[in-house]
Amino acid sequence: MAKPNVITANRLTDGVVVYLAAEGQWTEAIANAQVAEGEEETKALETIAENAVREREVVGVYPMPVALVDGAVDPLSVRERIRAAHRTTLTKDWYDVPL
Amino acid sequence: MYRYDEFDHAFVRDRVAEFKDQVERRLSGALNEEEFRPLRLRNGLYLQLHAYMLRIAIPYGVLSSRQLRQLAMIARTWDRGYGHFTTRQNLQLNWVKLVDIPDVLAALADVEMHCIQTSGNCVRNVTADPYAAAAVDELEDPRPWCEILRQWSTLHPEFSWLPRKFKIAISGAAEDRAATAFHDIGLRIVKGPNGENGFRVLVGGGMGRIPYVGQEIRSFLPKEHLLSYIESILRVYNLFGRRDNIHKARIKILVNALGIDKFREEVEADWEATHKSAVDLPEDEKRRIMSYFAPPDLPPRPARDEAVAARRASDPAFANWYKHNVLAHRVPGYASVVISLKEPGRTPGDASSDAMDLVADLTERFGHDEVRVNYTQNLVLPHVAIADVPALYDALVPADLATGNNELLGDMICCPGLDYCNLANARSIPIAKEIAKRFEDPSRQEEIGQLRLNMSGCINACGHHHSGNIGILGVDKKGTELYQITLGGNPKDSASVGTIIGPGFRAEAVPQAIDTIVDTYIENRDEGESFLETWRRVGAAPFKEALYGAR
Repeated sequence: MAKPNVITANRLTDGVVVYLAAEGQWTEAIANAQVAEGEEETKALETIAENAVREREVVGVYPMPVALVDGAVDPLSVRERIRAAHRTTLTKDWYDVPL
Repeated sequence: MYRYDEFDHAFVRDRVAEFKDQVERRLSGALNEEEFRPLRLRNGLYLQLHAYMLRIAIPYGVLSSRQLRQLAMIARTWDRGYGHFTTRQNLQLNWVKLVDIPDVLAALADVEMHCIQTSGNCVRNVTADPYAAAAVDELEDPRPWCEILRQWSTLHPEFSWLPRKFKIAISGAAEDRAATAFHDIGLRIVKGPNGENGFRVLVGGGMGRIPYVGQEIRSFLPKEHLLSYIESILRVYNLFGRRDNIHKARIKILVNALGIDKFREEVEADWEATHKSAVDLPEDEKRRIMSYFAPPDLPPRPARDEAVAARRASDPAFANWYKHNVLAHRVPGYASVVISLKEPGRTPGDASSDAMDLVADLTERFGHDEVRVNYTQNLVLPHVAIADVPALYDALVPADLATGNNELLGDMICCPGLDYCNLANARSIPIAKEIAKRFEDPSRQEEIGQLRLNMSGCINACGHHHSGNIGILGVDKKGTELYQITLGGNPKDSASVGTIIGPGFRAEAVPQAIDTIVDTYIENRDEGESFLETWRRVGAAPFKEALYGAR
């Protein structure tokens, strides 16, 4: 069975990582991302996202597979966990995305 | 330092205005991303994992206190209060907003800085020995030649669309501290047959997917012909370099496909046909540029300072820092001081705005207003009176900028990796932090001695892993970060590419693997032998045995 997906991108004006949420809104919090179950729902979200590219809201749109853990959205790859965390590496001794 | 003339000022201002217009057109929809991307890259603006990243050129790693302070202000005002110094001696800001870029570029132009040619298939920032005009083993200051190349290559109409990016480094000293052998062109200032200075020219070095040590194309090039000869190299590359495969487009591939002799033949033939006097720099213009690089007035002082000697005797932390981070200067009574950006627990090469401000202040107070970025991602005050070193140290300590690990294991080169970079396959920053934690005890690093550990989060090798005595390369293996270890790389004279020692390690196993490698070196080394010397003598077997046993 196809994995659930969310749609992610970078916001045009500041480049910040965002996720497509309900009603065509874009959110920085992956918890608020709209989850597409199956190909058809993913395609529908992609169409909304492509329109947002044309409207200059976001750039670099792509669907990313996620897991749903007790209803919460969990990115599957290290790369996407890092993107979702929006975190700097300035702080000393910081590292809470597990090795 | 070089100072902009009216032409330079107007040129950079025009460029800021041009890009401001391009940003406005992108935001208004007149340009789509496909159209905008090459324009923003020409101005050093990438779109990375989290945000836009702006790469600011620091020509040959030289900054005034005013410029460093401005970088601090820019990072504080338009980013998150820090920046990352790179192996190209540049500064990267990781979180700038597209809408703010015109203001950032204008603020850079105020202090004679820009981001031009920090990306794209053109000649990138020419790097140099960070101890230029200070080192005891220097034959000639490389910075004027870097500046000449910078001016010549900036928006050069023939070489703005090369097959791939192009990197040049210059060292004017006996010891290569600019990794010249790992550059598309590496230049060493050497003595010629009649005692005059000129260039030994290396070509075709590089890191990345297919690493090569540069080969000698000319053992001696008279200085006056630098531009015409470099132009011929670039012309041959531009004509014959591959454009069909991005992974085979660097000059190193061409040089090795043709063979150095054939490549040399092509270059020499082009050079013979070149109207050299139309390309080479007129003598008076060369003198004008040289005049900006007159060393500061450093009246000789007593070579030994009693107060410093007493402090070294009574304060072990100061003594340790002094031993590694305070380097001999050619003028008696002075030293070059390395300000380590490698405090254990911090991201190698990162500096906060506060740290940049502090270093700018100290540069003014103690450093004759000049600070350098070295390619190993630290800052250097090249000209400090030895008598001022304790006060400088005391000012660095509270800011955690007095880590005495220059050229030791803790002085790792580390790319941003998967924490920031769109190209990365694996993280490098947390691995560097874990290794730093493992080797935090200065006495352990002291026991090991000088050792270059370099790490990259992908095969593009921004973290110079190929040239590390120990190199770490992060790869992605079926969704898991895996780290390949190479041994025996060397960025200096008798440069070499490291050899993969065996199967990769999972992230959590890397610090122990490094520990094992270090222990194996210590067990096998002869008296006074460096890691590289031991490796070259004993070979891979004992290291393989220690790491993998009977596996």
